Amino acid sequence: MELTQPHSHNPASEIARQKRAEVVGGGHSFGSMTDKIAAIVLTSKTPIGWFAGFGLAFTLMALGLGSIGALLFLGTGVWGVNVPVGWGFAIINFVWWIGIGHAGTLISAILLLLRQQWRMSISRFAEAMTLFAVACALLFPILHTGRPWLAAYWLLPYPNTMALMPQFRSPLLWDVFAVSTYGTVSLLFWYVGLIPDFGNLRDKAKGFARYIYGFLSLGWRGSAIHWHRYETASLLLAGLATPLVLSVHTVVSFDFSVSVIPGWHATIFPPYFVAGAIYSGFAMVLTIAIPLRKFYGLEDFITMRHLQNMAKVMLATGLIVAYGYAMEAFYGWYSANQYERYMIWNRMTGPYWWAYAALIFCNGLMPQTLWFKKLRSNVSFLFFMSIIVNIGMWLERFVIVVTSLHRDFLPSSWGMYVPTVFDWALFVGTIGLFSTLLFLFIRFLPMIAIFEMRTILPATKEPSPEGTAVQS
Amino acid sequence: MAQVFHYSTNTLARASVVIALVLVGGGLWILLAIGRTSYITQQEVVREQPVPFSHSHHVGGLGIDCRYCHTSVENAAFANVPPTKTCMNCHSQIWTGAPMLEPVRSSFRTGESLEWTRVHDLPDYVYFNHSIHLKKGVGCETCHGRVDQMPLMFQQNSLLMEWCLDCHRNPQQYVRPREELFTMGYKPPNGNQAALGEKLVADYKIQSLTSCSVCHR
Repeated sequence: MELTQPHSHNPASEIARQKRAEVVGGGHSFGSMTDKIAAIVLTSKTPIGWFAGFGLAFTLMALGLGSIGALLFLGTGVWGVNVPVGWGFAIINFVWWIGIGHAGTLISAILLLLRQQWRMSISRFAEAMTLFAVACALLFPILHTGRPWLAAYWLLPYPNTMALMPQFRSPLLWDVFAVSTYGTVSLLFWYVGLIPDFGNLRDKAKGFARYIYGFLSLGWRGSAIHWHRYETASLLLAGLATPLVLSVHTVVSFDFSVSVIPGWHATIFPPYFVAGAIYSGFAMVLTIAIPLRKFYGLEDFITMRHLQNMAKVMLATGLIVAYGYAMEAFYGWYSANQYERYMIWNRMTGPYWWAYAALIFCNGLMPQTLWFKKLRSNVSFLFFMSIIVNIGMWLERFVIVVTSLHRDFLPSSWGMYVPTVFDWALFVGTIGLFSTLLFLFIRFLPMIAIFEMRTILPATKEPSPEGTAVQS
Repeated sequence: MAQVFHYSTNTLARASVVIALVLVGGGLWILLAIGRTSYITQQEVVREQPVPFSHSHHVGGLGIDCRYCHTSVENAAFANVPPTKTCMNCHSQIWTGAPMLEPVRSSFRTGESLEWTRVHDLPDYVYFNHSIHLKKGVGCETCHGRVDQMPLMFQQNSLLMEWCLDCHRNPQQYVRPREELFTMGYKPPNGNQAALGEKLVADYKIQSLTSCSVCHR
């Protein structure tokens, strides 16, 4: 600490400056930072690694499209769902993807309102991740109808010729509204945040790209009134998005908890699902951020401080999730209800015990390693952990959906759920879709908010020659 | 650096917001409206028939009761399309040589049924029963319109599900006394359907049946 040095006239601002230094490193100036981020987009030379990654992602997406084709041509019988497990991969993957999206909204909305400056370099691609995850998630409820072209009147209230409205008492309908609101607000938030950067790219780009970025920048000139309006709009959108972080996964958890199935009918579901969503979302941000900063040399912008902060969020939310597992087991026992007790016992020791054991390993034990600073500051380990958490959260949904359903109240209707090759192909296909969109995003849009990063450069906070600090 | 876009694109951008709203709104409106046109519902479209049978002449002009031909309407789901013999009850005596009636006579000679084109054709996934509707005070006219004024038969109403539900949700708007079921041009006494409707709903124990499985069994 250098608090005692004679030039440090204000200890508080000195500490703040040191914290900032961790958020952005490398002694960048406005110009060098802008060039570094914009060059990834504006360069005429696309790295060969990008093509390799995009090719792989696109292939996986094509696999998913093939699975969708088979589903539409042959019907939902190609999936492994049947009585008693009527909800299989479709809802597991839906909940998994929606949960992943939550980190983007948390980073961009709640951390914006809390003035957490470290969010700035990760907010843009975390928001993009949210949008793409919502797109992947939405595929499942639409496809599980089997006839998606008829899904409009099953999902949306509109004056149709049958004078029919969807069932407003069903949480599945609340889902439609929660997720579509979430998707819309996330898209707006993301786009509004991109406008100043589109203006920036328009000014730097050459040739036809100028027209594209110029069109997208909606006439942004960076005047004081533009900035004023921009600030107002993003604050309003942040205010709108903040409750969504909590409400969307709460509503998703109602899909289960409003029913009367042992293993689903629990009041802990909403907070437990929200924590799980943020947990898996931050894991996915790490999964994306760690390779990105390496391949594009962005260590100065996505610093160790970012990675460690995200690891801490994962640890905190992981503990809430683990508490949820403990409470589920406790409820099962404490209910003194034979079906509840049997469900939790079957979950732990029944035919799907391996899924439950793997879940406890991934989400209960492994996050405890993040207590150690040494492991938190090991980038390779964090990447490994992020994958473990993604797997763990997927297993959580698998365990909740399948083990609660497969042993029905009547032993005569017991059954097993085995996903088919089409289930797996569609799941892998959405990972392909997600990655394809992400690769396109990295190539064509600035993955870090350039103008926001300018406000946290140390140069911004230095006293200007006249002696007045520039406000951020 | 020169501007990428001319100043006039500002106006274009603003106009495009309005145009987009009009296109999206108009498009949705067309989608909703097209399903209700007679192109889709066949409402008020006259079908080709083997014989140009006139309800207007037989019902309006001669005063034949609906049940003379549609014999099972009070007791069965299907109201019945009469056999050729029913036509020949009269037409063996009158208009015996009319060329228009040749298909009827030939059907009678050969025993081959006349193949009428069904006008009121509900989808196969809809269960409909005539007799219960009559028992609960729904007159022929309520669904089929002024048949006595139709020279050639057409579908008076859309037969869309929203049309069925309009009555199933509020039956008191449409029911009439059982004595008036076959009356054409029925008017409620003093024009006061509201009071009569409530009374009939109570008297005939009419339920507002709107569960899916009432019709989609």
